[in-house]
Amino acid sequence: MLEIRNIVKQYAAHRALDDVSLYVPEGKIFGLLGPNGAGKTSLIRIINQITAPDSGEIFFNNQPLSSQHIGAIGYLPEERGLYKKMKVGEQMIYLARLKGLSHSDARTRLNYWFDKLEIGSWWDKRIEDLSKGMQQKVQFVATVLHEPQLIILDEPFSGFDPVNAQVIQDEILELNEKGATIIYSTHRMETVEELCDNIALINKSKKVLDGSVKEIKKQYNSQTYLIDYQGPLLPDGLLDNASQFNIIAHTSHQDETQLKIKLAETVTLNQAIHHLLDKIQITQIKEIIPSIHDIFIEKVSQSSVTHA
Amino acid sequence: MHKIALIIQREYLTRVRKRSFLLTTFLVPLFFIGMYVGIIFLTKKSFDETHAVVYIIDQEGTIAPKLKSTKNITYIHSNKALQEQLSTLKDEEASNTSILVVPKDFLSSPNVEFLAANKPNVTTQNEIKSNLSDIIRDFKYQKLGINIDSLHNIDTTVAINAKEVTADGETKDSNTEIAMGIALALSILVYISLFLYGSQVMRGIIEEKSNRIIEVIISSVKPFQLMMGKIIGIGLVGLTQFVLWIVLSFMLAGVASTFFVSKAELGEQVIGSKMMESNGEQIAQSGSSLNGISPEAWAMIQSVNFTEIIVCFFIFFLGGYLIYSALFAAVGSAVDSETEASQFTMPITMPLLLTYALSFGVLMNDPHGTVATWLSFIPFTSPIAMLVRIPFGVPLWQIVVSALLLIAGFIFTTWVAARIYRVGILMYGKKPSYKELLKWFRYKS
Repeated sequence: MLEIRNIVKQYAAHRALDDVSLYVPEGKIFGLLGPNGAGKTSLIRIINQITAPDSGEIFFNNQPLSSQHIGAIGYLPEERGLYKKMKVGEQMIYLARLKGLSHSDARTRLNYWFDKLEIGSWWDKRIEDLSKGMQQKVQFVATVLHEPQLIILDEPFSGFDPVNAQVIQDEILELNEKGATIIYSTHRMETVEELCDNIALINKSKKVLDGSVKEIKKQYNSQTYLIDYQGPLLPDGLLDNASQFNIIAHTSHQDETQLKIKLAETVTLNQAIHHLLDKIQITQIKEIIPSIHDIFIEKVSQSSVTHA
Repeated sequence: MHKIALIIQREYLTRVRKRSFLLTTFLVPLFFIGMYVGIIFLTKKSFDETHAVVYIIDQEGTIAPKLKSTKNITYIHSNKALQEQLSTLKDEEASNTSILVVPKDFLSSPNVEFLAANKPNVTTQNEIKSNLSDIIRDFKYQKLGINIDSLHNIDTTVAINAKEVTADGETKDSNTEIAMGIALALSILVYISLFLYGSQVMRGIIEEKSNRIIEVIISSVKPFQLMMGKIIGIGLVGLTQFVLWIVLSFMLAGVASTFFVSKAELGEQVIGSKMMESNGEQIAQSGSSLNGISPEAWAMIQSVNFTEIIVCFFIFFLGGYLIYSALFAAVGSAVDSETEASQFTMPITMPLLLTYALSFGVLMNDPHGTVATWLSFIPFTSPIAMLVRIPFGVPLWQIVVSALLLIAGFIFTTWVAARIYRVGILMYGKKPSYKELLKWFRYKS
C-alpha cells in the first residue's frame, strides 16, 4: 500500500526524520508511535504531500507518490480545525470537493454519514455553535467522506468522551473492514494493541522498531510466567537444582499459591514445568506478555540512554 | 485549476454574503449622495436667505424699469398704493420681502424709503444703494452729454481660458482644480482599499492558521493554490464592490439630480410668476446656481475623461492589490495573531504610505516632474502615483510601461510571498524574526 524508503527531512539545524523506512501493508491498521517531537507529524505531513522530504522515496500502490494520490488519502490532523463561521453542510461539501468529489456525490455521502452518526440536524449550524466533541465528529466525517484508500488519523480519540470515542472506534474498524488502510498515530498504547495489526516506533527522528504487533511482542517476550498451584508456599525441594529459572516473586492467598518465574536463556517452558511437575500441583500457567506500552517505554528510554 | 476555482468561490461567496459587505456596498454611495444633497441643500438655503424680493413703488416714474433684477434681488414694479402694498407685506410671511419707495424728487435729492417686515438686510440694502447710485450716475452722465454705452465699453474684464497642449499639438480645455480633486479622490480611494483588502487577505490567513484548518486544506491543495485562491477571491470582492459603487452612484446621482432640477424649476416658476418685469437670462442664471454647478463647471466636468480614469483605476488598483495582498499574505502566514502582525505590516506598507503622503504635495503640484514620474513607474508606489497623475494627462506609453512593471512586480512579490507562506502556515509558537523569514524563503519545497 504505502512504502516509505529512506526519508530524510532537515529543518535548518534540526533533523526531523533521519533515514526512516516503513512499509504499511494494504488493508491493515498501522500504528505510528513515538514520543512528542519524535518526527511523527513530519512524516505524516510528507505522506500528505504537505511538505516534501529532502531525500528518500514514497510509493503509493507501487507508484511514486504524487498529487494524483491526494484524493485517495484522508487526513485527520492532531490539531483539529474547521472554518468557524461556515455552516456544517456547506463546509463538508467544500472540503470534499477539494478532495475531488463532485457536488452531488459529496451531498449523497454526507447524507449517509450524517444519518449514520445521527447528526443530520447540524447541517445548517455554524461550526462555532457546536460543542468541541460535535466539531470532532464533523471533522471525522470530513476526513473519510471521499472514501480514501488510506486514512491517516493523528490522535483521533482526543477530545471525545468515552461513548463517542467508542462510536468513532467502531467506525474506524468498519472502514478498515471495508478495505481502507489506516495509519493511526497516537500515544494511547492501550488502543494500539486493540486496533493495530502493525506498528512502527519512531524516536528522535529515527525508526527504532517496526513490525506486526504479534511479532514484536514475541520478540520482546520476557520469558516470564505466572504459575498458580495448590499447596504450601515454597515446598521442600522446589529450588533444588533449579537452574532453569529464577523465582521473581511468590505470593500465597488462602490455599492458592502463585509463583512468578523468569526462564533462564535457552530454557523452554516445558523444561521448567517438567522440573516443577513432581513438586507442586499446578492449576494454571500464564505467560506474562509485555504490553506495547512497556516496549514503548523500554525502547524510548533505551535510545535516550544511548544518545546521552 | 479546478481547486483554485473552488477556493476562489468560497472566499468570494462567504464575504459577499456577509451583512457588512452589503452594508458598506449600499451605504457608501448613499453617504456620498447624502453629502452631495447636503451641499445643494445648504447652497439653496443660503440662496433663500440672501435672496430678496423688493417691490418698487415708483413715485418718480422712470426708476423702476431701470432697476434690473440681479442674482440676489428680484425687483418687482408695483402699481399699488403704498398702504395697499404694506398690507401685502404683512400678508406674505416671507421674511425676505421688502418695499422700496422712490420719491418724486429722487433724482434731485436721492433719498429712498426701504420698508421691510424684519430688520432690513444690510447686504440687500447695500446692493440696492449701489443699483440706485448707478441709475443716478447714468442720469447725470446723460445730462452732461456723455454717451453711456461708450463709457460702459471702457470697463473691461479679462477672462483667461486655460488650454492644455497635448503631444499631438491639439489644445484642450484643462482645469487644474478639477484634475486635482479627482487625483485626490483616487489617491485616497486606492490607499484605503489597498489597505482594506490587503489586510482582509492577511486576516483570512491568520484565521485559517489559528483555526488549524490550514493543515486539512493543504492536504488537499497546494499552499500556493490556497494563497492565490484567497487573494483572487478577495480581489473579486473588491472589484464587485467598486462596480456596484460606480453603478449605484450613477443611479443615485441620476435620481438626485432629476429630483433637484425639477424642484429648482418649480422654484423659478414661483418666483417668475411674481415678477412683473422679468429678465429671462437672469432667471436662467439664478436657476442654474440652484444646482450649485455653473454651466462652465459642467463643461469642465464633462471634459474629464472618465472612461480613461475608471479603466486605469481598475488596472492600477488590481495591480497594487495583487502586490500588496501577496505581501500581506506572507505576513499573515508568519504570525499567529493580528496583534503580532503589525510589526511586519508597517515596513511593507511604507511605500504605500509614503506615496499617499506625497500625493498631497509633490505629486499633485508637479504631476509630470521627476519624482512623480519615477514613483509612477516603481510597482510598489505606482498604484497611487500613477492614478494621481492620470487626471492631469499621462502619455499612453507611460501607462503601458507602468502597468507592465506592475505585473512584473506582482509576479515577483507573489513568488517571494509564496515561499514564505508555505513554511509559515505550519509554524506555530514564537513570532519569527526577519532572519527566520529569510531562512524559510530559502527552504527547498
